[in-house]
Amino acid sequence: MLKSREDLQNLRALYKERLDRQKVKILICAGTACVANGSLKLYDTFMKLIQEKGINCVVDLEHEPEGDPIGVKKSGCHGFCEMGPLVRIEPKGYLYVKVKPEDCEEILETSVVGDTCVERLTYHKGDETHKHQESIPFYKMQKRVVLEHCGQIDATSIGEYIAKDGYTALEKALFEMTPEEVLREVEISNLRGRGGGGFPTARKWSQVKRQKAKEKYIVCNGDEGDPGAFMDRSVMESDPHKMLEGMILAAYVCGAKQGYIYVRAEYPLAVKRLGIAIEQARELGILGDHILGTDLCFDIKISRGAGAFVCGEGSALTASIEGKRGMPRVKPPRTVEHGLYDSPTVLNNVETYANVPAIVLNGGQWFRSIGPENSPGTKAFALTGNIVNTGLIEVAMGTTLREIIYDIGGGMRDGAEFKAVQIGGPSGGCLTKEHLDLPLDFDNLKKVGAMIGSGGLVVMDEHTCMVEVARFFMSFTQNESCGKCVPCREGTKRMLEILERIVAGNGQPGDVELLEELAETISATALCGLGKSAALPVLSTIKYFRDEYDAHINDKVCPTKTCQKLRKIYIDPALCKGCSKCARNCPAGAITGQIKSPFVIDSAKCVKCGACVSACAFHAVKED
Amino acid sequence: MSRDFVMVDNIPVAIEGEKNLLSLIRKAGIELPTFCYHSELSVYGACRMCMVENKWGGMEAACSTPPKAGMVIYTNTPKLRRYRKMILELLLSNHCRDCTTCEKNGECKLQELAERFGIKRVRFQNTADQPKLDDSSPCIVRDTNKCILCGDCVRMCNEVQNVGAIDFMSRGAKMTVSTAFHIPIAESNCVGCGQCAAVCPTGAIVVKKETDQVWAALNDKKTKVVVQIAPAVRVGLGGKLGQKAGDDLMGKIVAALKRMGADEVYDTATGADLTVMEEANEFIERLESGENLPLFTSCCPAWIQYVEKKHPELLPNVSTCRSPMEMFGSVLKEENKHSRRKTVVVAIMPCTAKKFEAAREEFKENGVPYIDYVLTTQELIQMIKESGIYFSELESEAIDMPFSDKSGAGVIFGVTGGVTEAVIRRLAEDKSSAELRSIAFNGVRGMQGLKETTVQYGERELKIAIVSGLKNAEDLIQRMKSGETHYDFVEVMACPGGCVCGAGQPITDAEGKKKRGAGLYAADKMCSIKRSEENPVVMSLYGDLLKGKVHKLLHVDYQKGNR
Amino acid sequence: MESVCDVIQLDKILEKYQYDPGSIIAILQDTQEVYHYLPRCVFPYYSSKLGISEAQIFSIATFYENFSLEPKGKYVIKVCDGTACHVRKSTAILEQLRSELGLSPSKKTTDDLLFTVETVSCLGACGLAPTLTVNDKVMGMMSPDKVKELLTGLKEGTIDA
Repeated sequence: MLKSREDLQNLRALYKERLDRQKVKILICAGTACVANGSLKLYDTFMKLIQEKGINCVVDLEHEPEGDPIGVKKSGCHGFCEMGPLVRIEPKGYLYVKVKPEDCEEILETSVVGDTCVERLTYHKGDETHKHQESIPFYKMQKRVVLEHCGQIDATSIGEYIAKDGYTALEKALFEMTPEEVLREVEISNLRGRGGGGFPTARKWSQVKRQKAKEKYIVCNGDEGDPGAFMDRSVMESDPHKMLEGMILAAYVCGAKQGYIYVRAEYPLAVKRLGIAIEQARELGILGDHILGTDLCFDIKISRGAGAFVCGEGSALTASIEGKRGMPRVKPPRTVEHGLYDSPTVLNNVETYANVPAIVLNGGQWFRSIGPENSPGTKAFALTGNIVNTGLIEVAMGTTLREIIYDIGGGMRDGAEFKAVQIGGPSGGCLTKEHLDLPLDFDNLKKVGAMIGSGGLVVMDEHTCMVEVARFFMSFTQNESCGKCVPCREGTKRMLEILERIVAGNGQPGDVELLEELAETISATALCGLGKSAALPVLSTIKYFRDEYDAHINDKVCPTKTCQKLRKIYIDPALCKGCSKCARNCPAGAITGQIKSPFVIDSAKCVKCGACVSACAFHAVKED
Repeated sequence: MSRDFVMVDNIPVAIEGEKNLLSLIRKAGIELPTFCYHSELSVYGACRMCMVENKWGGMEAACSTPPKAGMVIYTNTPKLRRYRKMILELLLSNHCRDCTTCEKNGECKLQELAERFGIKRVRFQNTADQPKLDDSSPCIVRDTNKCILCGDCVRMCNEVQNVGAIDFMSRGAKMTVSTAFHIPIAESNCVGCGQCAAVCPTGAIVVKKETDQVWAALNDKKTKVVVQIAPAVRVGLGGKLGQKAGDDLMGKIVAALKRMGADEVYDTATGADLTVMEEANEFIERLESGENLPLFTSCCPAWIQYVEKKHPELLPNVSTCRSPMEMFGSVLKEENKHSRRKTVVVAIMPCTAKKFEAAREEFKENGVPYIDYVLTTQELIQMIKESGIYFSELESEAIDMPFSDKSGAGVIFGVTGGVTEAVIRRLAEDKSSAELRSIAFNGVRGMQGLKETTVQYGERELKIAIVSGLKNAEDLIQRMKSGETHYDFVEVMACPGGCVCGAGQPITDAEGKKKRGAGLYAADKMCSIKRSEENPVVMSLYGDLLKGKVHKLLHVDYQKGNR
Repeated sequence: MESVCDVIQLDKILEKYQYDPGSIIAILQDTQEVYHYLPRCVFPYYSSKLGISEAQIFSIATFYENFSLEPKGKYVIKVCDGTACHVRKSTAILEQLRSELGLSPSKKTTDDLLFTVETVSCLGACGLAPTLTVNDKVMGMMSPDKVKELLTGLKEGTIDA
């Protein structure tokens, strides 16, 4: 139990010394994606080999090591999920990609016992070989503040976090600054909420600070529900203490005693790691009564979501913590006045809290020096879709889409042409070629009808049907609508109906206008943010890809040949040998003909499943 | 004195403590459309019909926005009209549109607003499942096809009544209002108070009608139809029949019923006088024995069901007195025991739960109920309209013999605090009119959900509580259980405000409810007999018909089924 | 079905949350961990112990996607339908699973109670798209062929989940 600043400083010195003594460290990525790819087997293999070879090794900092051991640890997510499982060797900074258990021995011999690189396991791009993580283009262009420790430290060790100067910001705040001074630094930094809206964090905090309520709450929104976004998951899994530190600082500023972290149920690993982190912090006296011997008393509970995207909305989230249906309520009153349990509540997302320690430590001015004036700092994005390097990235605000897609993302997959990127998930819009050089920040995106959202970037190539993408997002929103307010409940249902009939080839003239009419009412009158932004993906695809809508509706054609119901399948009589195989494979009985003469498809009966196309040995069944 | 104003459609409107823009705008004489706003329920804000436009073109829901000085809002802009029409079209697209055959025809909020906003086309197909009608309950009928999910019933059932028989199920477009596991409402913990139907803006929850059966009895020459009319009914129907809301129209009701074919018409207040006698005796007995205190009243059948379903441990505390309707019913059946014609007793009640009460096994003799049919005030109004009688031109007629007398104490049963006041009148040793006044001003009157008073009885100071609304009752029970408070006598009415605000009454606002209560107190003033024990009918009943049968005809053992 | 409720087990869960009705979501989650679904009998039991109505509990259980009112298979396969997986053809994975197992959007569990197939909103493993989980174990880079292998492996016990 740490009872004073000196206690913490002594512990930090001790852990630093122990960490420094680990002359080589093997960091095995244990993020969700790498675990799925078998990274835990790698860990076991390394441990087994080390034992067999009698190598002196440690797995934690809590025990005094003998001599100078090597460290083996499960790290958090490196972000380069596409290339997993990943193994990093420190201090050389080698990054090995797509490592298999049989590679472990070679790594151990070459890079741990020896100090050279196993080149065949490094990242290659074309003729280039990148031995070091930092030289890989994917990482080189990034600016990692929030994600600085992700993949670099053992996510389950408070010791490593402390050794890497973790909780120094808390220490500085508690012993050198008043709550007002901490707030002032956050204000100077102009940190804006990373959850989507971009509301200034300091303003929110000061509004809660001002309230004269007995109870106040600090709530962390870890309900990262946007499909295609996993930044917060990575922070919770890889560097949970950074976020806890941010929450404790918020509690110090606002005078709250209790915090909650709401984590979605789909993130079991995050729940587990956060649970470990909270327990460790309590044991050290960093959470609980009289933190580090001061007057600050603050503890955190984890609340698991149960599967409802709408709970990412503030009032739905607090309702869910209270054990109710996660339905947003009308505002005012606002969450800062009447939030959780009707008390003033600071509600920020994971990334926002994770930004705070560095701001307190380095000062608001430092933070402000990164990125543009009105949207300073960095932003983590989940880069996915038809792109070469998918994964988690962090860049300075104001980085252009082109830099992200082509430099970090390595360009489009299979040499396809870039078509659009969906930003901000189902609440966002799409950006097209004309936006490639748009610096990404809160205000610029808002101007073009999109939003940063939680930071999902889904890159789409020329083969993606934008009407189908709009349908996909509408289907998502419709399924996740809580059902409370009429425009969202009924309106999204009707918009989805229309989009479904368009992609099925049953679109009618006037459908686009009806979509726009519905979109206007929903956007203007829906109760919560989910509803208000539900129509955005449809509106933005109509805006930039109206021709695709028209092709579906008027010509009954899907220009990208994505929409199954609009496929036109026919048999080329010149190639058909009349074998009847296609007819036998047709589930709808749509193909008829005489043996040894060309068969025909009855397009009225055809369900466009394509079974005939794959059945035909003579490539006679063709598609328009 | 400087005052704060909001500019509503370019007209300054003073802020006078309104809690939301909606009340302020309505005060300014503009009827903003709403489905989900009820001043007595929490703000839900889901129908989005009450949105107004601010000076920047932004939208605000008037129901949830507090008025602030300097606000500039518009209530009728092209944008708003577009949005309201779209919302109505969306609601109608999912809604059964057979208006002419709907119970709520002419009273439906959706119909009214669709007409007001001129919705002439619906561009979307109704693709929703067509769930079955739930008519399992004797009190209410639920038709989910007509539900617009405004949540009024859910909030009423949960917030005000603390019953929670219905709630939202699923979410999004699949959301419905339902019981747990979609069981029939009769099998749920519903207590039949009907308040859900009272707040439902459409025909999704309506009161179950028995008018056809009553017409058949009225038209059948071989059947003698005996009608009793509850106190609250007489002040409940004025507004709907071209009379002043809250006025006592008992005489006209008697006349109308006679024209429709009723053989005898009586006043349930007479039954209430019997209840006062019995309940006062029971109270005195319990005070003497010290057992099963506090004594809870038993007039309200929804309250009885609430106790049975939620607090069976309190059943010994509930009075064994039958409700006035049932006391009078058994007296009427006993009186007509030897009649040549079949006697049918019809009770006209402000209440839906009475329909359940009449069907209870406890209130049947050889399988025949004491009360054959219960009509609500709404059903009576419908029958009067159907009969074509010019109600306003009817001459008042008197209650029939031999039960033509009632006391004012019996009449005030229809409003919260009335039972208590009647019992106190009975217990008071001082029978002066000054004492009557002092009882009335001792905290028993008023529409508040919880009232408390103390009464001197001999050496003892009795603590009395009066609650209406079952959530208020629950809070009181919890406070008593925790030992925080103690009472000797507790009057409970399930409907907030008592029977005048029953779910069988025509729907009205807070002002209308107050008028009904005032109407009953005015009727009490007009009564020459003030106390139940002074009612000659009561005296003669005890001396004759009830001799040796008091227990059999006037009491009930609700614990039987729970033992 | 009613007999599955073990009152001692349910009481243990209730005690863990100190009979707090505000913890109903966590209580139901723990209950589901025990039974893999929410048996009907827990509703009246929790209603009486927590003082909230059955309809209110049912309301919560039907709001959140994770709760199931029907028994689930031994292997619960959740196909991610997040954006990244969708653009990498997760629909084909789902269809393959359903046709292999004879399931549909309305019939989610096989009659032998071996498999349940559901969709799940983004798992956040987009780098491995398209992904699915088998009893919460994430499997990435799926293809219709791999689905066949997976099902065979699970049936024969050569893949553990």
